[in-house]
Amino acid sequence: MESLSTKEKTSKDCNGDSVFENVVRAPDVPVYAVMVAYSKDPSPVKLNLGIGVYRTEDGKPHVLNVVRRAEKLLLDDVSATKEYLPITGMAEFNKLSAQLVFGADSPAIKENRVTTVQCLAGCGSLRTGADFLAKHYHQHTVYLSQPTYGNHPNFFLAAGLTLKTYRYYDPITRGLDFQGMLDDLGSAPSGAIVLFQVCSHNPTGVDPTLHQWEQISQLVRSKGLLPFFDNAYQGIVSGSLDMDAQSVRMFVTDGGECLVAHSYSKIMGLYGERVGALSIVCKTADVASRVESQLKLVIRPMYSNPPIHGAAIVTAILKDREMFDEWTVELKAMINRIIHLRQQLLDALRDRGTPGDWSHITKQVGMYTFSGLNAEQVAFMAEEYHIYMSSDGRINMAGLSAKTVPYLADAIHSAVTRSV
Amino acid sequence: MWKCFSTRASRCFSTSASNKALKWWDHVAPAPKDPITSVTEAFLADTSPTKINLGVGAYRDDEGKPVVLQCVKEAEAKIAGCDFLESVSSAVSSKLVEESVKLVYGKNSDIIKEGRFAGVQALSGTGACRLFAEFQRRFYPESQIYMTDPTWSNHHNIWRDALVPERTFHYYHPDSKGLDFSALLDDVKNAPDGSFFLLHPCAHNPTGVDPTEEQWREISYLFKVKNHFPFFDMAYQGFASGDLDRDARSIQIFVEDGNVIGCAQSFAKNMGLYGHRVGCLNVLCNDAKQAVAIKSQLQQIARAMYSSPPIHGILLVSGILSDPNMKALWVKEVKAMANRIQSLRTTLRKSLEQLSSPLNWEHITNQVGMFCFSGLTPEQVDRLLREFHIYMTLDGRMSMAGVTTGNVSYLANAIHEVTKFG
Repeated sequence: MESLSTKEKTSKDCNGDSVFENVVRAPDVPVYAVMVAYSKDPSPVKLNLGIGVYRTEDGKPHVLNVVRRAEKLLLDDVSATKEYLPITGMAEFNKLSAQLVFGADSPAIKENRVTTVQCLAGCGSLRTGADFLAKHYHQHTVYLSQPTYGNHPNFFLAAGLTLKTYRYYDPITRGLDFQGMLDDLGSAPSGAIVLFQVCSHNPTGVDPTLHQWEQISQLVRSKGLLPFFDNAYQGIVSGSLDMDAQSVRMFVTDGGECLVAHSYSKIMGLYGERVGALSIVCKTADVASRVESQLKLVIRPMYSNPPIHGAAIVTAILKDREMFDEWTVELKAMINRIIHLRQQLLDALRDRGTPGDWSHITKQVGMYTFSGLNAEQVAFMAEEYHIYMSSDGRINMAGLSAKTVPYLADAIHSAVTRSV
Repeated sequence: MWKCFSTRASRCFSTSASNKALKWWDHVAPAPKDPITSVTEAFLADTSPTKINLGVGAYRDDEGKPVVLQCVKEAEAKIAGCDFLESVSSAVSSKLVEESVKLVYGKNSDIIKEGRFAGVQALSGTGACRLFAEFQRRFYPESQIYMTDPTWSNHHNIWRDALVPERTFHYYHPDSKGLDFSALLDDVKNAPDGSFFLLHPCAHNPTGVDPTEEQWREISYLFKVKNHFPFFDMAYQGFASGDLDRDARSIQIFVEDGNVIGCAQSFAKNMGLYGHRVGCLNVLCNDAKQAVAIKSQLQQIARAMYSSPPIHGILLVSGILSDPNMKALWVKEVKAMANRIQSLRTTLRKSLEQLSSPLNWEHITNQVGMFCFSGLTPEQVDRLLREFHIYMTLDGRMSMAGVTTGNVSYLANAIHEVTKFG
């Protein structure tokens, strides 16, 4: 073998091309691109109404007081270690999360028919569920609402499933296209997976009524469709955790099976900690146990076990009556601020005589308003008013304040009335 | 209204749908238990006061207790009360990546100065390997991955789930309990040009057998000739020699030879951040422009898996690595951990020799890092469990971190008991 000393050696020696020479740059995530544009904008009046995170009245990131309290408890706990969690995560966290979603007295929980595994927020829960379905479920078609959260398709595609859509948002009424939804779900093949959002639909802010949910559930069960719920905003619609979970609980009370991806990102402000859980409600305890064992096989080759910190915070809050109550009070305050902003924005537009029906601003619920503004109008508002939102016209209401509502109203008025 | 509905719904819930539901999951078999985590599960369930856990590779102090490093405690105190609960800001994430890759390439490396690497945070070593495996499959869909025989059990799962077929190459010699070097070189030579290899740069898991520096040079040279792609999984930097720089030497040899590499790093063991899931994946590039492209692809893969990594661990690691005092403290603490393991290796070997064991136990001190590949058979491992409440994986891998001055005699006696008749 040729001696190394005769070879040319420089620290920059990369003789061949990289084996990844052919790698092209991936497209930017649309909403992240909006955020980058916002952060680069030097304007002092710029407004960030893009990415779905809660902001205070001063436009600052919001760390809940109860979360700070929980963090202090953890910091002061000398017995706390940083050992690996089990693959399925923190047991107490899982138990409390299931209770939060399904209700503490849920028969499915009492009968041990629910398996709940800690995952990385809603995203990780959706991907884990998708991978599990791809491996173990006979039907590989997933129906997503039209429109839906931008990242939803990615999880299911990455798992190798096929995507279809069902009608959801009616751009004329700016509400639910209920008949379209029923028709599309009605013509889905038996056993198809259907992704629903428990409440505070992202991006439209349009939720079915309870009566509509009843009909949806009956259709789902009669067609043997498999419901998969994305539960990212429980409590953010009404301020009541139980009320906001009624949709998904219908699908448990009827004795059937479903999957639920649950996130604490928004509802506890724990975005960066990546805390969530995947629950699968099964017909029997035996099935639930086998399903859980298979979920471990999905998780282990992905990241082995989930992160401790966020789950420890959530557990500390959920298991302590006083902290739990403090949390619900803070949650209600967050929601009330958003509800007031909705009314303020509607009033401001009416005051300006902005053409069009803007009542959807207060009819839509949760964090987002699907404004009805088109991409061109959105671009105009960014350019002229330094107001940033996603190009589909979705406004994060939490990015507003009483002070900035008039400015937004001016911008909308301008965008809508200007001659093209 | 709520109650009325539920009665109505259950009447509507027809038996045919119910039967369909029953059939959906019937075929779901109970999954086999993970060979490593199941050891910990069994250990936790054991009530024996003399039980010893030599299963999972997690560091323990001399009392057998988990350790939170002092530098980590200081970092925790520093970040307490800060505002970051949002998704990782790019400033924070860049800091972590930059500090991490300094540990791989050396802090003055041109690669870092010129931005010739694509780096992303990852969910510890597992997550970093999985991101790379997915990336490999995306751009080289027909490729395979060559893994050492044996390797960490989860490596097989990771590349399999990324749909990359695996092959093995010779590594461990069961007779010498050392490196099967000539067979290794043959396998590297005989692999098709441009093959992907998974290498452990130091403290090989499960065998504790590392090539010497000279052997690494030969392997690296051969890689260059064959145009193979070396992917390094560095989970135990600091545990092989006690010196972080020295433990990354193998990677630097490959880079100096002009190999284009990838590297997964974990801070689980060497910073004791197991449960925080902090790691880094980097891929060496031609230039900064290509680095941007590759990084965007890795981020896209991560986004479809979990969107963004958990921030707490990232803040701890970047805080420690970017503060010279804290980093110096960390370096000392890593050395102390490595030293403790090293001294227990010596004690265990001496104890077995003093018991007049008929077997050769040199490999206990020849092997490095956290693990000793004991050579115990599955039957012997089983006896250790049932008779002595000593837990290790069936392949005979012992995590030396679980050995203490308090239990080493018990361990030596137990091993002697199950092996004294050969």
